[in-house]
Amino acid sequence: MNRLERVLTGLGKAGEKALSLFLTDGYPDLHGAPDIVRTLERGGADIIELGMPFSDPLADGPVIQESSTAALQNGVTLATVLEDVRTIRAGSEIPLVLMGYLNPILRYGPGRFFTDAASAGVDGVILPELPVEESWRFESSIKEAGLSHILLVTPTTPGPRIRTIDGASSGFVYCVSTTGVTGTRTQAAGEYLRRVRECVKRNPLLVGFGISTPEDAASMALESDGVIIGSALIRRLRDGARGEELRSWVRGIKEALRVPPPGARFAGSQSNPPGGRA
Amino acid sequence: MSKASVPYDLPDARGYFGDYGGRFVPETLIAALEELGALYAEAKGDPAFAAELSLLLRTYAGRPTPLTFASRLTEHYGRARIFLKREDLCHTGAHKINNTIGQILLARRSGKTRIIAETGAGQHGVATATVAAKMGLQCVVYMGEEDVRRQRLNVLRMGMLGAEVRQVSSGSKTLKDATNEAIRDWVTNVEGTFYIIGSVVGPHPYPMMVRDFQSVIGKETREQVAAVASRLPDLLVACVGGGSNSLGLFHPFLDLPVRMAGVEAAGYGLDSGRHAATLTLGRPGVLHGAMSYLLQDEGGQVLLAHSISAGLDYPGVGPEHSALKDSGRVSYLSATDNEALDAARLVARLEGIIPALETAHAFAALTFLMPSTSREEIVVVNVSGRGDKDIETLTAGAEAAPVSVRGRVPGSGMRNATAGGGVERGEPIRKGGPAA
Repeated sequence: MNRLERVLTGLGKAGEKALSLFLTDGYPDLHGAPDIVRTLERGGADIIELGMPFSDPLADGPVIQESSTAALQNGVTLATVLEDVRTIRAGSEIPLVLMGYLNPILRYGPGRFFTDAASAGVDGVILPELPVEESWRFESSIKEAGLSHILLVTPTTPGPRIRTIDGASSGFVYCVSTTGVTGTRTQAAGEYLRRVRECVKRNPLLVGFGISTPEDAASMALESDGVIIGSALIRRLRDGARGEELRSWVRGIKEALRVPPPGARFAGSQSNPPGGRA
Repeated sequence: MSKASVPYDLPDARGYFGDYGGRFVPETLIAALEELGALYAEAKGDPAFAAELSLLLRTYAGRPTPLTFASRLTEHYGRARIFLKREDLCHTGAHKINNTIGQILLARRSGKTRIIAETGAGQHGVATATVAAKMGLQCVVYMGEEDVRRQRLNVLRMGMLGAEVRQVSSGSKTLKDATNEAIRDWVTNVEGTFYIIGSVVGPHPYPMMVRDFQSVIGKETREQVAAVASRLPDLLVACVGGGSNSLGLFHPFLDLPVRMAGVEAAGYGLDSGRHAATLTLGRPGVLHGAMSYLLQDEGGQVLLAHSISAGLDYPGVGPEHSALKDSGRVSYLSATDNEALDAARLVARLEGIIPALETAHAFAALTFLMPSTSREEIVVVNVSGRGDKDIETLTAGAEAAPVSVRGRVPGSGMRNATAGGGVERGEPIRKGGPAA
């Protein structure tokens, strides 16, 4: 069990919701991420997702696109991302997940990349361009490196397919709240989340895309095990938020996730021990 | 893929041409691609679909397009007889309409009422706007800012046809970025939107489907060459950007003893770092939903392509071409911007045909290809499009057109003057084109 799986299991047992924060590595400064991550962790973030910038981020909305372009101009590469991971890992046990597009990984050499990532201190990977049909390509090297492989489900994913994706995922299942690119305003209805919840039995379920306020977070967490916030954080970083300002923003969201809304239940706590898959 | 296997029965069920192709897209699009695959399979088995497609190709697109004997170009090289497959005579001026007619019929079958497309040179955008107008469907075309500038005529045409052109200003501001934006639109509006991809690129089933719709070019060519020569052609030549006109010509001949050459854009030259010769200098990678050759840097970031031709200015290529390159079934060459410009001028003078800049690359390769042909052989060049859209680029920097002026030239008395030879004291006519 890696850090990600341990943390999600712990939160599950405690009946708490997970807060996962996404930031583009190399943005706004080439090696600025470790400092920012420390701040986010102090604010209460449970998981950090580091984006590996790509020239053609076709699943991303304008905010993350711009941050990727700026990061590439700063000289970010997979090697500098792994440097940041090592720096973060030197002072923290927070679960780290890398998220990115395939081509840089293919060029680096997938087997070598996943091994290097794991030894730098990464716990899991999210590869949005890699649907479950194509995941055979990397499955064994991801598993051998001891990384979790987080797959995504969306409002267009039919029930049986959600079950297949749950079966192929480890760490958690990433539930995309809406049809759209990152940063698209969320429109997830309870009904959709409940449908996904019913199909995802093996893994914790985290909801992302378009969540920007404590209210969004609280409402998405009703039918899930936690939330993922990306564009809203990048916007703050872009506007210069650091230190206490950033910390208190994270705290606000984390607190919204702690308040148990009346009648709420923790969806993943009983029959599905998170991270059952090594 | 082994050299022995000829990929004419490809792709496989997962959309692979050997090692290339597949479906590398966000999960949101998987259901739509499954649905499209099923819709296409059903349509292919439906005689009514085939009948309507054939009727529209004949009565709307103007098919079959002629096969023209290029007598003076043949004489120029003094080798094999050169024939031209005249896709430039299709409605809208390029082969692109073959595919958009097919896809709009699928769109109508799907019940989706909003059409999106990406475009580089604007020919696919125009062809999509055209069929959307014909079917009464809403149409949005994504086009890079750079291409909007250099293919202004096509932007005007799309507007006239009722399409909305959305200018894309990210990245290289060309076809690659227009495609990113079209995919983002599709991910967002997937429920009611049909994405008409313009080349043999993208996730499965697009490379197969677009190839099939374009294969009408090769099928007609085979019949037409047989009709004039009672035999097969020996060499087929076509330009390759994404690769739809070339694959349309090549595909029906893949299992026959016919040589084939695809011509990529070498831009300022293969050594310049500014080209679009993906198969020549790229390496396999993933962009826009498929595994294929890709122009990329050491870190796997996609490089900006360059070609004087907007339609070839793309760092990727269709996956089937990647397989055909690896198997050696098709030879891939390249021609520079200048070679293409020279070839366009040559063909205009010798054959009375102004080819599109994309097509001009195919003609440019004749310089390398013709010496190894014999007089008994037959070469077919795919004239994928006409050059009206490129007239400013084609004539920029050229010697002034020889314009004969009859009558009184100010200050020079009664005489015939030729601008190209210098109009005495008159204003020389340079850089033809409406905006000059």
